[in-house]
Amino acid sequence: MTGSHAALEARIAEWRGYVGKRPAVAGTDVDELESHLRDRIEALQAGGLDDDEAFLVAVKRMGALDAVSREFAVEHSERLWKQLVLHDADAPGADGAGRGRTLPAIAAATAAALAVALVTALGLGLDSAADPTFLIRNFALLVLPCLSGYFAWRGRVRPGILVVPALGMLAAAVILNLPVVTDDDTLLGLVALHVPVVLWLLVGVVFANGDWRSGRARMDYLRFTGEWLVYLVLLVLGGGALVLLTGGVFGAIGLDASEALLQWVVPSGGAAAIVVAAWLVEAKQSVIENIAPVLTKVFTPLMTTMLAALVVAAIASGNPLESERELLALFDAVLIVVLALLLYAFSAREPLAPAGWFDRLQLGMVVLALMVDVFVLVAMVGRIGVWGASPLKIASLGLNLLLAVNLARSAWLQLRFVRGRAGFAALEDWQTAYLPAYAAWAALVAIAFPVVFG
Amino acid sequence: MRIGKDLVAAAATPMVLGILAEGESYGYAILARVSELSGGDLEWSDGMLYPLLHRLERQGHIVSSWGAAPNGRPRKHYRLQPSGADALAEARAQWAVVHRALERAWHGRDGGAELAIGGLA
Repeated sequence: MTGSHAALEARIAEWRGYVGKRPAVAGTDVDELESHLRDRIEALQAGGLDDDEAFLVAVKRMGALDAVSREFAVEHSERLWKQLVLHDADAPGADGAGRGRTLPAIAAATAAALAVALVTALGLGLDSAADPTFLIRNFALLVLPCLSGYFAWRGRVRPGILVVPALGMLAAAVILNLPVVTDDDTLLGLVALHVPVVLWLLVGVVFANGDWRSGRARMDYLRFTGEWLVYLVLLVLGGGALVLLTGGVFGAIGLDASEALLQWVVPSGGAAAIVVAAWLVEAKQSVIENIAPVLTKVFTPLMTTMLAALVVAAIASGNPLESERELLALFDAVLIVVLALLLYAFSAREPLAPAGWFDRLQLGMVVLALMVDVFVLVAMVGRIGVWGASPLKIASLGLNLLLAVNLARSAWLQLRFVRGRAGFAALEDWQTAYLPAYAAWAALVAIAFPVVFG
Repeated sequence: MRIGKDLVAAAATPMVLGILAEGESYGYAILARVSELSGGDLEWSDGMLYPLLHRLERQGHIVSSWGAAPNGRPRKHYRLQPSGADALAEARAQWAVVHRALERAWHGRDGGAELAIGGLA
């Protein structure tokens, strides 16, 4: 090697460092691109170019780094979400920092807090004598339009995309306040639990900028949801501690602030926290990226152990889950947590990584959950046979079937993946393709149950 | 001749699958082959090839493995999988339909006249 080749090596190393700074381009991709650059340089040198010329031509042919790293971001959105690169990079003068999102976030959080405060001011708050459940059952309807507004603003979403979510929210507002629903506590509980599921998926349409058919966009939304939940829990814990402290301090100087805190601060603060959590997910993304895989790695083994103990106990006691109605509904919650853990792990996983011990553990968790689900299904069908159908039983049964189908297919795909028969993409595709089923079932409960049972 | 961006994007996937159907290959060699097959008319930025390859790998159409170039440098090789061969067959069928339809549309007028004359003769 001569001195001039050393200069070429230095320029390649410099170029490599420059490419490596792009968050969407991972380490092995940089290796691959460097390998390509060297191939190209060698071919050009063989054609008679000197080191400098070959380097310049090779770099030029590699393409504009912005465009290339954007393509990498589209393909590897688990490394960096689409909207971070695409929306901001498309905007002239934007540097990808959170600047374009802060103002919409503040506005949307304020709007959500004010909407809740307005309801309280109108006498429909938590202590309302006329309609004590008004604020709770309409809470999602007050907050989620503000969250959608935030997404629409920061993503420059076309107004046409907002039509369907807006119509859905209007329909939800009507259903949640029909006398036939509000007069029946069980029905109200069911509708109030299912409507937010539909609304959350409608918010996803705005989040995805109308691109809700794309599996990648759906995965992005799942990932967003998981991390939003983590931030929301953190904010609620911190906010709760602050409220307790404030109440205590005012109590110490002889003033009773609990009324003001519970009626005004807690509902409005909660509403604002929902929007702020969404903003934090995107603004502080690199912080949470390190937490998501850790959380799933901690809780997946724990959940698997818990399910195994449950299955053993149920079989040993000989009479699986011959239990009370509320306990059966509790198992639905267990299965939802299993599915959430699975989705959360998927969303944080490098799709190209081969199957490892964690994937086998997940397979174990899904199979155990499926066994529990079958026990619960048998018990539920038995209860409906003996005691007859009720809205709560039908809703639990439907949710159970919905989860059973997903878990069965997940177990099958996970088995194929662990045995190297299929790619990880099949698992992802199945979960993202299944999302509309939740929306359909939740919408069915919200719309059909008041008609049938009201 | 400059080929439009959209057409290049549409042709890239079947092109790459077709080249990998000839045998295992790596990034630079794939681009060199594209250039050779198209007489240099079908070209895109070198860097754009890799997100495309990664997408095909995620979809299970191809698999990659790191090997070494003859001079010892590390090099990532890509190999076609059965599902990639299926995708290629599907793409070929689609392109054939498009090709046939375009042929008919463009040669319809003069070709139609020839047919009419042929019919008279």
